[in-house]
Amino acid sequence: MSDEGKADGGYFGRSILRKEDPALLTGRGRFVDDLQPDRLLHACIVRSPHAHARITRVDTSAAAAVPGVKAVYAFADLPPMLQQKRLPLMSANPLIKQPLTQPVMANDEVRFAGESVAVVIAESRRVAEDAAALVDVTYEALPAVNDVRKGLEANAPTVHAGTASNLVARVPFVVGDTDVAFKGAARVVKASFDTHRGGGFSMETRGCLAVPDLNAGSYTLYLTSQSPHRIKRVLMDMLEFADHEIRVIAPDVGGGFGPKGSFYAEYALITACAMRLGQPLKWIEDRAENFVATQQERDMFWDLEVAIDAGARILGLRGRLIHENGAYVAPLGLILPWIAVTHVQGPYVIPNFSIEMLVAFTNKVPTSPVRGAGRPQAVFVMERLMDHIARATGLDPAEVRRRNFIQPSQMPYNCQLIARDGKPVIYDSGDYPEAQRRALAMARYADFRARQAAARTEGKHLGIGMASFVEGTGLGPYESATVRVATNGKIIVCTGAAPQGQSHKTTLAQICADLLQVSPGVIDVVTGDTGAIAIGVGTFAARSAVNAGSAVHMAGIEVRHKAILLAASMLKVSPEKLDIGAGYVYNVAQPDQRKSLREIAIYAAGSPGYALPGEVTPGLEHTAYFTPERSTYSNGCHVVEAEVDIWTGQVTLTGYWIVDDCGRAINPQVVYGQVLGGTVHGIGNALLERLLFDEHAQPLTTSFADYLLPLATDVPRIEIGHMESPSPLNPLGVKGAGEGGTLPAIAAVIGAIEDALSPFGVTINETPVSPMRIVDLIRAAAPETYA
Amino acid sequence: MKDITTVRLTVNGEAVERAVESRVSLADFLRDDLRLTGTHLGCEHGVCGACTVLVDGKSARACLMLAVQADGAAVRTVEGLGTPENLNPLQRAMMEHHGLQCGFCTPGMLMTLTEFIEQRRDSPPPSEAEIREVLSGNICRCTGYQTIVDAVMAVLNPPDGAA
Amino acid sequence: MKPAPFKYHAPRTTGDALRLLADNGDACVLAGGQSLMPMLNFRLLAPAHVIDLNRVPALAGIRVEQNVLHVGAMTRQGDLETSSVVRDAAPLLQAAVRQVGHRQTRNRGTLGGSLCHLDPAAELVTAAMAMDATLIAESAGGGTRRIPIAAWSAGYLTNALRPGEMLTAIEFPLWRGAQGHGFVEFARRKGDFAIIGVATLLAFDAAGTIARAAVAIGGCGPLPQRPAAVEQALIGQRPSAPLFKEAARLAATIEAHSDAHVRADYRRHLARVLTERALAEAANRVHDAGHGASQ
Repeated sequence: MSDEGKADGGYFGRSILRKEDPALLTGRGRFVDDLQPDRLLHACIVRSPHAHARITRVDTSAAAAVPGVKAVYAFADLPPMLQQKRLPLMSANPLIKQPLTQPVMANDEVRFAGESVAVVIAESRRVAEDAAALVDVTYEALPAVNDVRKGLEANAPTVHAGTASNLVARVPFVVGDTDVAFKGAARVVKASFDTHRGGGFSMETRGCLAVPDLNAGSYTLYLTSQSPHRIKRVLMDMLEFADHEIRVIAPDVGGGFGPKGSFYAEYALITACAMRLGQPLKWIEDRAENFVATQQERDMFWDLEVAIDAGARILGLRGRLIHENGAYVAPLGLILPWIAVTHVQGPYVIPNFSIEMLVAFTNKVPTSPVRGAGRPQAVFVMERLMDHIARATGLDPAEVRRRNFIQPSQMPYNCQLIARDGKPVIYDSGDYPEAQRRALAMARYADFRARQAAARTEGKHLGIGMASFVEGTGLGPYESATVRVATNGKIIVCTGAAPQGQSHKTTLAQICADLLQVSPGVIDVVTGDTGAIAIGVGTFAARSAVNAGSAVHMAGIEVRHKAILLAASMLKVSPEKLDIGAGYVYNVAQPDQRKSLREIAIYAAGSPGYALPGEVTPGLEHTAYFTPERSTYSNGCHVVEAEVDIWTGQVTLTGYWIVDDCGRAINPQVVYGQVLGGTVHGIGNALLERLLFDEHAQPLTTSFADYLLPLATDVPRIEIGHMESPSPLNPLGVKGAGEGGTLPAIAAVIGAIEDALSPFGVTINETPVSPMRIVDLIRAAAPETYA
Repeated sequence: MKDITTVRLTVNGEAVERAVESRVSLADFLRDDLRLTGTHLGCEHGVCGACTVLVDGKSARACLMLAVQADGAAVRTVEGLGTPENLNPLQRAMMEHHGLQCGFCTPGMLMTLTEFIEQRRDSPPPSEAEIREVLSGNICRCTGYQTIVDAVMAVLNPPDGAA
Repeated sequence: MKPAPFKYHAPRTTGDALRLLADNGDACVLAGGQSLMPMLNFRLLAPAHVIDLNRVPALAGIRVEQNVLHVGAMTRQGDLETSSVVRDAAPLLQAAVRQVGHRQTRNRGTLGGSLCHLDPAAELVTAAMAMDATLIAESAGGGTRRIPIAAWSAGYLTNALRPGEMLTAIEFPLWRGAQGHGFVEFARRKGDFAIIGVATLLAFDAAGTIARAAVAIGGCGPLPQRPAAVEQALIGQRPSAPLFKEAARLAATIEAHSDAHVRADYRRHLARVLTERALAEAANRVHDAGHGASQ
């Protein structure tokens, strides 16, 4: 890295105010549903009430006759290309045995409750809903698969009628030789784990608005997406657009958390309907639809055993993971279970490793990453195993972890696994023992047992839990950024990253500001607009600080370099004599000899008949793509104290301490917020959030009264300490921070509950645990408790 | 036949008169008829709190009120607080504490907190537990609430000499 | 999630409201709207008429007369929460209302609305059951029916009102003398409907023994239950932790239902646990009450 590329300037690393906030705090945000073009039509989608059924008839005539209804379309009314094409695999993998993806609309068979069967388009959403109730669909119910494990049994009904089995993929992951390791073990610890995760449940549901530009013959789709550039590519394929005929914009997006990163049938459907009608068309998913139509994460079932030596060091780990896929292979393919398996090792040395991954269909909405994307489950099973080893050996749980940590001297550390991007899993940097030491010190772990004993004498059941984690972040393949000084002097950063609350407009401006020596306040950051930059990926998987941040950095260096070369030509001085600052390139020896960035931009735009200096391309701008060699790995440790009311089963978190290491922080306050939010999401996953289905795969949690999100009163004050192990893999030394809070929270909270209940001998190998479940566990382990 | 009623009310101090279908919620009326899109809809069943507005000074879920029920009322929405150039003390504190991320739940949070702060102004500073209870009717999926709690504490417990 | 079309009515008097109710068979009465509006938005209900009581001032109000607390059906939960009359005369009702929903829902939600919606674990229904409330139902033409709370349920989420009847007021007979109250509930989160809620009232004689006891357990069936065995076990006894523990044990035998989230046996377990806690709470805040008229 050259000197001029150093990002140690004034704004990188500072907790500046967010550029996003003045608009959002005054009701001036622009979320998709806030956009109201003239002649706007509204769509309502008719969805299957059955988890699995044959459709024998769809009659739209009564709906079409409702005053105010513009059109009603069922499968047969779709344009041929949408009848023929199914949703694409955005992350294709040859290991997928049955790549059955979702059709845009169900034709003769519905495979989950919530699948779309027809669409009504009307003058208002309420009229569209009136008519949707009149669409008459005749269903013949088919047997449905609810439990993925039962779906893999012989003679189970199949999710897709006419297929031979529900198996999507079976993939072995093997490192070393676990047979040998287990033969030489002093002890083997076994456990089976049920890890349930809920959905993303961003406060804004999904939605899109398709606007035809009849003059230009093009379309703009505004939508709530984490990756509009990828959505555009899919739309080009499905609707056969040329590149210039479709623009996709994610305006302000009200939270994403994973499910908004996927492609959904509605996006193609609404765009196609707007094309046919020649009018703007909006579909906003309501919360009832959100519970059945937006992808969720749900269940993973694990059977694992770990072999240890006499010193509690892990010799090997082996077992099986069954991942519940839902009714269709989602556009993101196998990534959820793949990420889960490749995160099991975590911060520990596991020389021999063998997990068989099975993925199978069920009659439920397809699965999508939800904040953490398989990682929280992996951390859960590994950290639970650590606690089980501690109990089996009588060692302190912190000590068991210490004996197995990868040491800083072992960095970079190769786990010998292949990540979902095809790159090897190699940890780039981190000091896992130190993160644990600091977190335990913050939690006053050394005197916890005395506090626990004192509480027990008062009939209070206090427990402590801990979890260490390593998180693959900064996923490639790349992100794009353009840094441009426009001819009116405005500085613009455009990127394919598409934030949903992650403060990109602030943090990317900070990076650019240092390079151009201006205030972040004068930099406009444009995100999530395929019209602003041609190529991009999006914001998910804690990837944007690494990828978009580095791309902005690279582009900024180039623009700075260009500005100096151009100014040198304009001022007729040697470039070495110039520097940049306060909106000017100036002669260091004679500061009044200078050119403003605006003047340079006008010069760079060129003027017919006047040559540009030979060595620079036109325009005071540069587009860069950062393509990481492989992922960066964040890490950290959570310690939680919980009190359990053994009579009701209620859990109260009484203390929460975190050490988080995501490399260098661009804006520490932004990182703090990301870690806090992620942690509370994990607390919800441990204690509250469960998607319930009946035995016919009928969803039972379909409102916020049934599906419980954490409230302000459910979480304790959380203390966060930061460590910085810079990544050597990018010029900024950054790693991802968006999901790290969620990963260990579930394991740590469950560990604290188990510790609180240690007098009863309770073991908890599942998440979430409800108060009723806690009472059940106590009753099962110590029946006399409630005598 | 649409059941239409003419409603007259004030919104952020301005008199408004509109004919509105009776089944239209106050939230949809504000958003669609008045184009005050700062009031957001997160669930439309009264749980998330994103649509919270003040009706005659009291916080209410705008998704659980019909627009016709606001006839004659004084309604306040997020658009009636400070402007981007001149944020009010609560908005300013939210900005300083990063009390928002995606910003979707924020307008409802601000209106709930506006009621609380106006009622509490002359009382002793509230405890963190009290603030959390006030916030319990508004769901935020991004922040984990702590930075919002800190913003409220800063507004109601200003350092000596401030505000 | 937009309601189906309906004709909206905003009567100004109780009489007008009752006439509208009599004239329109397919009608819903809109009180605070905190339960009805979600059901309209989900289209679980699609009435042809909605009769809004929010512009009938006569239906709201709180007063004590002749040892009875009278509360208008349209009295806001938030007003019960802050009323000094309720605080002095019926602190149990105030303890219960503090657990109802959130500030935004209490600002709109009403006592009558909660009683009519009749969620099995609604705090105000449980308190009303402990207090032996009487519900005043009126119909057009001057008909008035006094319905004891014990007869208020006609099934799950269904009250005992007949077609054309409207709940207009609720009467809570007040106890005299030394007494204490307890209200303890278990909900998953702050403001959620409880899984189980228990309301207790204990009255003591001069010697400090329990002269009268009311224990109402909400969440086990369509209507909160008053387990007679529990109350009988308390009367004539001196309050003590062992007494409450034994009495609460009897609460675990009440009937309860299972649903997708909660099994019956856990409800019974909670009934026992919370009854014990609510009795202890009542015994710990004994005060003397003599109720005159107040406004």
